[in-house]
Amino acid sequence: MGGFPILTVMTFLPLVGALLVMLVRSATASGGRGNGGPEAGKTVLLAGVIISAATFVASVAAFTSFDRGQAGYQLVEQYAWYGPISFKLGVDGLSLSLVLLTTFLTPICLLASWNSIEKRVTEYVVCFLVLETFMIGVFVSLDLVLFYIFFEAGLIPMFLIVGIWGGKDRVYAAFKFFLYTLIGSLLMLVAMVYMIIAAGSADIEVLEKFAFAPGIQTWLWLAFAASFAVKLPMWPVHTWLPDAHVQAPTAGSVILAGVLLKMGGYGFLRFSLPMFPDASQLFQPAMFALAVIAIVYTSLVAWRQTDMKKLIAYSSVAHMGFVTLGIFSFNETGVQGAVFQMLSHGIISGALFLIVGVVYDRMHTREIASYGGLVNRMPIYASFFMLFTMANVGLPGTSGFVGEILTMVGGFQAATWAAAGAALGVIFSAVYMLTLYRRTVFGEITNPALLGIKDMNLIEWVCLAPLAALTLLFGVAPNLIFNLTDSSTNRILSFMAGGQ
Amino acid sequence: MLDFTSIVMTVAPELWLALAGLAGVLLGAVFGERFNSLSFKFGALTLFGAAALAAMHLGGGEAFGGLVRTNAFVNFAKVISFVLAGIALFMSEGFLKRHETIRYEYALLTIFASLGMGIILSAADLMTLYMGIETLSLSSYVLAAFHRDSARSSEAGLKYFVLGALASGMLLYGASLVYGFSGTTSFAGIAASGMSTGTMFGMVLMIVGLAFKISAAPMHVWTPDVYEGAPTSVVAFFASAPKMASTVVFANVLFTVFGAAMDQWQLIVAIIAGLSMIIGSLGALVQTNIKRLLGYSSIANVGYALVAVAAGQEAGAAALLTFSTIYAVTSLGLFAGVLAMRRRGGMVEGISELGGLARTKPVLAITMSVLIFSIAGLPPFGGFFGKFEVLSAGLDAGLMPLAILVVIASVISLGYYLRLIKIMWFDEPTERFENVDVSVMGTVVLSAIVAGLVFMVFISELGTGGWASFAASGLMR
Repeated sequence: MGGFPILTVMTFLPLVGALLVMLVRSATASGGRGNGGPEAGKTVLLAGVIISAATFVASVAAFTSFDRGQAGYQLVEQYAWYGPISFKLGVDGLSLSLVLLTTFLTPICLLASWNSIEKRVTEYVVCFLVLETFMIGVFVSLDLVLFYIFFEAGLIPMFLIVGIWGGKDRVYAAFKFFLYTLIGSLLMLVAMVYMIIAAGSADIEVLEKFAFAPGIQTWLWLAFAASFAVKLPMWPVHTWLPDAHVQAPTAGSVILAGVLLKMGGYGFLRFSLPMFPDASQLFQPAMFALAVIAIVYTSLVAWRQTDMKKLIAYSSVAHMGFVTLGIFSFNETGVQGAVFQMLSHGIISGALFLIVGVVYDRMHTREIASYGGLVNRMPIYASFFMLFTMANVGLPGTSGFVGEILTMVGGFQAATWAAAGAALGVIFSAVYMLTLYRRTVFGEITNPALLGIKDMNLIEWVCLAPLAALTLLFGVAPNLIFNLTDSSTNRILSFMAGGQ
Repeated sequence: MLDFTSIVMTVAPELWLALAGLAGVLLGAVFGERFNSLSFKFGALTLFGAAALAAMHLGGGEAFGGLVRTNAFVNFAKVISFVLAGIALFMSEGFLKRHETIRYEYALLTIFASLGMGIILSAADLMTLYMGIETLSLSSYVLAAFHRDSARSSEAGLKYFVLGALASGMLLYGASLVYGFSGTTSFAGIAASGMSTGTMFGMVLMIVGLAFKISAAPMHVWTPDVYEGAPTSVVAFFASAPKMASTVVFANVLFTVFGAAMDQWQLIVAIIAGLSMIIGSLGALVQTNIKRLLGYSSIANVGYALVAVAAGQEAGAAALLTFSTIYAVTSLGLFAGVLAMRRRGGMVEGISELGGLARTKPVLAITMSVLIFSIAGLPPFGGFFGKFEVLSAGLDAGLMPLAILVVIASVISLGYYLRLIKIMWFDEPTERFENVDVSVMGTVVLSAIVAGLVFMVFISELGTGGWASFAASGLMR
């Protein structure tokens, strides 16, 4: 405690930036109406990129002052706030890695919007920056209510992003996204209030040590799971995700797949396992069953998609099934694999949505059938696409492999049948991803509109190259992540062991 | 023991309002139409003064041989109600001027309605309570029909009057039963005499009568019609100040008069709360008129407030104050926003008229959105903390089914709140609204700042553990 409040600064930097952008814009554009021409829009986007890049720098600063050898929460800041609720921030390896993912993806998202967002740019940048504050806040909160505030407040900017800048059915998708998530999180709120009354504290560190009676645990676990299962998403409450992904603008999909889904997995690891160990044990078979169904069923559904974004959205659900499998294996291998899979999927699926965005910006269609033969005109694009396709399939040497294999090994130790089911998903993922790749990239150009298509421009390079580098880096040197996360995953598992 | 000064201090806000109201009548009689415009500033200042007087003597006291008794709990509600009434009055001037119905009677009626609010909050005797309710109600009926040339407004006033008279009758009948069986009209005396079957009958009838005044289901049917028909500036007043005052009185009567019989009224209040939440939020889903929609939303919100009442004095009093305060502020802001919906010389009230507001009037759109998200109870805005406190109170008292109903109603209500957001932000712009008075825009912006930001930052000072708890502790004495 004491010292420079790096976490507070990091969390609220984007929010302050958003306010500044808003104020400056309303001061310069008379009355705040219109967009003030494309140049003004670019300036605002650039400001957004700079602010989010500064946030990334802040998160790296937090990372450098973080002691990886130590389990438990570090850089803790605590201020009394409201009854049993305190403004308490802190990170462990798990949350810090997800914070880094968030701060890393946000500037890329804003940069990727350079050419694709033309209307209401100021609002767009403000929404993204506000969303970034809420996302970081979710991961650094060490207080139940504070967590909830960030968790739920994030719905508002995402709702606007999908609803204003989305595709044709954006309103339906935005409503579905919002209401699905809200039902789950309100049930969680009731459980949280109950916990605060029972334990007399909203402090996560206190609640981790508070032993709830097993009967109560079951209900609390269910209420929390209602929220996290929707967010993750797990079958059968995943149906909001394909709609939201397809309708959202490219950058919105990247954040949705890259960060927002991870909140579900983070929630299970931060709350369900340490606080309700008995209930987690009780529901392990059910969670395995749902995970396997998610992996197999959504992989098959993904195979039949004709829309590129929808295919990748379903593949996200399948990959999140591996996360569920890993988390509920309750062993070191599985949980570490789940954390790794979350980070790796954040990078890979984000990149895949950007890849779709590249051709969508040029052709304004996501139908797989309207493409084909892209390799003839866009060789660099085809190479990037190939890399991320392979990573999504889980080819050794890419980060996708590490997460999948570890979660399966962990799952195998806990329940052989679950790992066997999940293994099917690996095969299916190759089927749908390679089909997608073949039909869009290989073959002759059949659609005449594709003849004049241009290869990736500089901005797209800048967006995709770091993601490609990280995919390969974490594929060959996974310890870079494990060094950061293993002490905190072991700590989470120690609560499980204590509960049995 | 009770000297003259302390009596005057106890009833100072009401005394001040009554005197100022009478002075206003005289001024009106002397200056006639020349007093019309001035009367609004005069009224607003009077109300702010009354709030200051109530705040100065927050601890409360007793007066008139126990007919009047105040404590921090009711005085807190008084301060908030008077301030909101003052703001509502202040911003009404421009609206009435445009409709050429600006008359000083409007300001005076608001003052007298506020006098009624003050009296019911101070009441420590059934007689005082009834007198206050009638003062408030009669002024409200006339205000609802203030646009006397408009059929809608007259209809609203008449409807309000007929149904309100019925409810007053029930309340009075209940009060007479309570008096008959306990032998006293004083709150303390009734509380001391215990619950007989007759008293219980009386209590139920009184709850019904009071539930009408706060528009709780199933005594809610007048609300959407009156909200739609009455002049918007009047509705802005109805939805904020008297709402706050009546809800607190509802709780005050149950807590102080029938406190010992909590296990008998708890279920009744819980059922009323549940019905209000569900009927209010389902009813609002299908509305196309924004005033009707907000009317149904107010029914649902009364339901949330009643969850805190059902939780009982210990768990719920502070939560009730926090929730009602945030709700009243938000509600005033939203109706001020409706006052800003003006186009080509006329008011528009269809929710589709808000289309594309984010592009035609960004400031109005942002502030309205904050208010809507706040009233929907979404974090990080103030409304969330109100709902959080209500949930805490309910769960603390073991009312799990009600807590689940709060969740269900909140999700349903998001359906229409999000529709408003969608229309403002996603839809194509319709014609731009005319510019409105600074006082109206100021109210929207101010209440958005208060509901959205101030309550978030200062919730520990304002909510449970802060002022609200201090005020609730006034009930203990």
